[in-house]
Amino acid sequence: MGKTVLLIEDEPNIVEAIRFLLARDGWRVETHGRGDTALEAVQKHQPDLIVLDVMLPKRSGFDILRDLRASQATRDLPVMMLTARGQTKDRELAEQYGVSRFMTKPFSNTDMIAAVRELAEA
Amino acid sequence: MVSFNILIAVCLAYVVFLFGIAFYADRRAAQGRLNWLRSPLVYTLSLSIYCTAWTFYGAVGNAARSGLEYVTIYLGPTLVMVGWWWLLRRLVRIGRAQRITSIADLISSRFGKSNLLGVLVTLLAVVGTTPYIALQLQSVTLSFSVFSRDMSAGFAQADLASTALWVAIGLTLFTVLFGTRNLDANERHHGVVTAIAFEAIVKLVALLSVGAFVVWGIAEGPADILARIDASPIAAWEIRPGRWAALIFLSAAAFLCLPRMFQVMVVENADERNLAMAGWAFPLYLMLMSLFVLPIAVVGLDLMPRGSNPDLFVLTLPLSQGKDGLALLSFLGGFSSATSMVIVAAIALSTMVSNHIVMPVWLSMRPPGATVSGDLRRVVLTARRVSITVVVGLGYAYYRFSGGGAALASIGLISFVGVAQVLPVLLGGLFWRRATRIAAAAGLITGFSVWLYTLFLPSIAGGGVLSVAIMQNGLFGFEVLRPQGLFGTSGLDPVVHAIVWSMLLNFLVFFVVSLFTFPNPVERLQGVQFVNVFEHSQGPRGWTSGGAGADDLLVMSQRILGAQQARQLFENEAKAQGKIDHLPDSSPAFLERLERELAGSVGSATAHAMIGQIAEGASVSVQDLMAVADEAAEIMEYSNQLEAKSAELGRTARQLSEANEKLTRLSVQKDAFLSQISHELRTPMTSIRAFSEILRDMDMLEPHDQHRYASIIHDETLRLTRLLDDLLDLSVLENGQVALNCETVVLSDVLDRSAAAALVSVFGDGSETTFEIIRNRNQEDLQLITDGDRLSQVFINLISNARKYCTAAQPVLSISVAVMGQNVAIDFSDNGEGIPSHQQPLVFEKFARLTDHARAGGAGLGLAICREIMNNLGGTVGYLPGESGTAFRVTVPLKPPAT
Repeated sequence: MGKTVLLIEDEPNIVEAIRFLLARDGWRVETHGRGDTALEAVQKHQPDLIVLDVMLPKRSGFDILRDLRASQATRDLPVMMLTARGQTKDRELAEQYGVSRFMTKPFSNTDMIAAVRELAEA
Repeated sequence: MVSFNILIAVCLAYVVFLFGIAFYADRRAAQGRLNWLRSPLVYTLSLSIYCTAWTFYGAVGNAARSGLEYVTIYLGPTLVMVGWWWLLRRLVRIGRAQRITSIADLISSRFGKSNLLGVLVTLLAVVGTTPYIALQLQSVTLSFSVFSRDMSAGFAQADLASTALWVAIGLTLFTVLFGTRNLDANERHHGVVTAIAFEAIVKLVALLSVGAFVVWGIAEGPADILARIDASPIAAWEIRPGRWAALIFLSAAAFLCLPRMFQVMVVENADERNLAMAGWAFPLYLMLMSLFVLPIAVVGLDLMPRGSNPDLFVLTLPLSQGKDGLALLSFLGGFSSATSMVIVAAIALSTMVSNHIVMPVWLSMRPPGATVSGDLRRVVLTARRVSITVVVGLGYAYYRFSGGGAALASIGLISFVGVAQVLPVLLGGLFWRRATRIAAAAGLITGFSVWLYTLFLPSIAGGGVLSVAIMQNGLFGFEVLRPQGLFGTSGLDPVVHAIVWSMLLNFLVFFVVSLFTFPNPVERLQGVQFVNVFEHSQGPRGWTSGGAGADDLLVMSQRILGAQQARQLFENEAKAQGKIDHLPDSSPAFLERLERELAGSVGSATAHAMIGQIAEGASVSVQDLMAVADEAAEIMEYSNQLEAKSAELGRTARQLSEANEKLTRLSVQKDAFLSQISHELRTPMTSIRAFSEILRDMDMLEPHDQHRYASIIHDETLRLTRLLDDLLDLSVLENGQVALNCETVVLSDVLDRSAAAALVSVFGDGSETTFEIIRNRNQEDLQLITDGDRLSQVFINLISNARKYCTAAQPVLSISVAVMGQNVAIDFSDNGEGIPSHQQPLVFEKFARLTDHARAGGAGLGLAICREIMNNLGGTVGYLPGESGTAFRVTVPLKPPAT
């Protein structure tokens, strides 16, 4: 059956939208709404892909990404980052930390699904 | 044999003749016919007062006792005249430029016109000179006694003392008559100087005559004399290099520092070009004076009976050979030496005593505020005359009480060492700008004390001033303090010992204290003028006509005298000169008059220098001179300005760095704000876009889902609108563009409205019931004049925040009201956890949400808006620390602040 995606996002409406989109595309979607416990959620769900928000309560998405890349188990895990701030320096920082895909909110649904598919196949 | 009466008669005739010369010279000077009176020859001859009776008689005695040592006394001045003529020139130039009247005046002037120094040098000079005057009286008396020796009744021993008294009285009379005839600003005494120059010739002729008689009359020419010298014990005397060096140094120092030498060399010197001739002629004079000293001593030792006083060989040798006329000439030579010294010393000392001691005392005794009237001249003259009498009287007293027994030369040396103590201060003052008044006083006192202790007091130790115990064991029994063996330097000749220690300590104290003290402005100014005298002063000549442009002079005078007064002065002069023009010719007479006028304002030295600048085009500019004159004031002002400037710079730097910090902070805040705005706008838009695309693209949605997604889009749109409203509101409030609608409101009404609105707004339906608000309506019955709607907006924010964020199970908000002066304080405190102290300052910042945004619902602008509203209402809102839960205090003025 389908692969698992972990969505780390605190805005409930956005969580609902993405969950809807990816579930329809055949993904098993797990969600998590806080920054500080995000790594534990990764450990728990063993996702094939992560969709990560930047501005999370208690801990920033950048810190989480850095820790993911530092760990042997998650070094090559595809991570797609979403940010509402949309500044170039955020993108640069994310790429420096080894993000797989960087996407600015708001996004087009087709782009989002395409990007996730692309990451999963790579 | 010369009869005593003839001796007296010759003596009196000589004195009358001297009076005549002095009188004649004074009259010529008064008529302005000064030509030869001011000649270099007269000047050179007047310097010969260096050769007193000590050298006239004493040199032979010295040679008989100590061989060639007497030469040192001549070598010192010769070295000064030949090698240090530039120093003398500097002294003379300063003396002219500063109108110096004595060496005490010079030192006092140099160190900021310090009267303390004037008094010190005066005392030093009096103490140092008194024995010397006594010495002259003694020599005259002794020479009288030589003639009286063979006389039976006419001249008893008692008469010796009275001879000294009569000589003293005569000298006082002469000095008073010619030394204080009038009060010349330049302290020049043409009569006296001329008489002294004549006496110098008499001295020289007398000594040369005796010498020639000894060489060719008694001995058989120079060859015989040389043979006799070789055979005499004098040839066996060894030169002691240490003592020689010390004595040469000492006589050179004394030559510069002796008050009487300063008087003839500097004060009486009308023209510094006189030094050119004196530079070679005076050494020549000294050489001639010393030429026959050794022959006379040798022949005297040969011929005179054993035990006769070698100090008197100059007299007794001719007498013993029956050459009465020569003896008489020799007597007059000695008499001349003694009298000229006493006269000049008395004039010099009286100037010092009256200027530095008598006049200041007299002036201070006058009732305060009394103006100095025209009789001042008489007072000064009287002071001079009394001073002269006192000075000569002191010499006489010293002669009487010391018993007159000591050898002449030793008294002379003791005096020299005392007077030489002025040397370090004198040289320091002339060449070292850094020298200070306090250091000068300290050096002088040190040197003088050492001299008193090591030389002067021991010299009269027989009189019991210093006990034998002190002499042998030192003061208080300390070996190192033995008067003639300080710090263990025993075995030295007492005079050399005193010279070395007094000069060394004097110099050291002067130098070290100068380094640790600072000259006051007047000292600094005087220091510049003394040390740089050649840049700042004119040559010794009077003004010549034509050199100065009258307009330049006028411009300068106006700066000093004031425009009106200067113009008046120039116009009067022009009228007197018979010119139609407003500007007079710059004739020498006018220049002198102008100098006097200016001197009244800026002091004589400066006035002289200023006119000199314009009249003779010296290298220094008027501006420079004015700068010198203003230096004291400038230094003060400059340092004040510097202080103010540096304070101002500091302030500016602080302001700049504050402004910079503020800008940096603002820039960072702006970036953060934009980033936050972006986030707050994009987040609802993300949901809106995602769900609107879902609704658009998917056909097979359940009706329930369709409705739900449309509702989300609707809610998020409201959220966006609310955010934009808040931003606009904040912007208006921050810019102060808000239009306040002030009216009289009752506080309880405003709170009622706010509470109702807040309970509705959070969840829309107000259904939640567990949130309790405690109020005290008695406190709230207050009338305010304010914008009720805006105040309500703040209250709504605080109440709904309490409702949203209070963590207690049973949330309770207490609202209490208190009047504080012109303000009302309204406190909102809940029973939750409160806000950690490190976050309290943040809550009023924009977007400073402390918890998850999802729960808050707002964009985090509420409290920022509250703060801006309260600023606009003239009140405040702040976190109230120290309560158990979260607490805010709002203060509102009862009436709006006057604008």
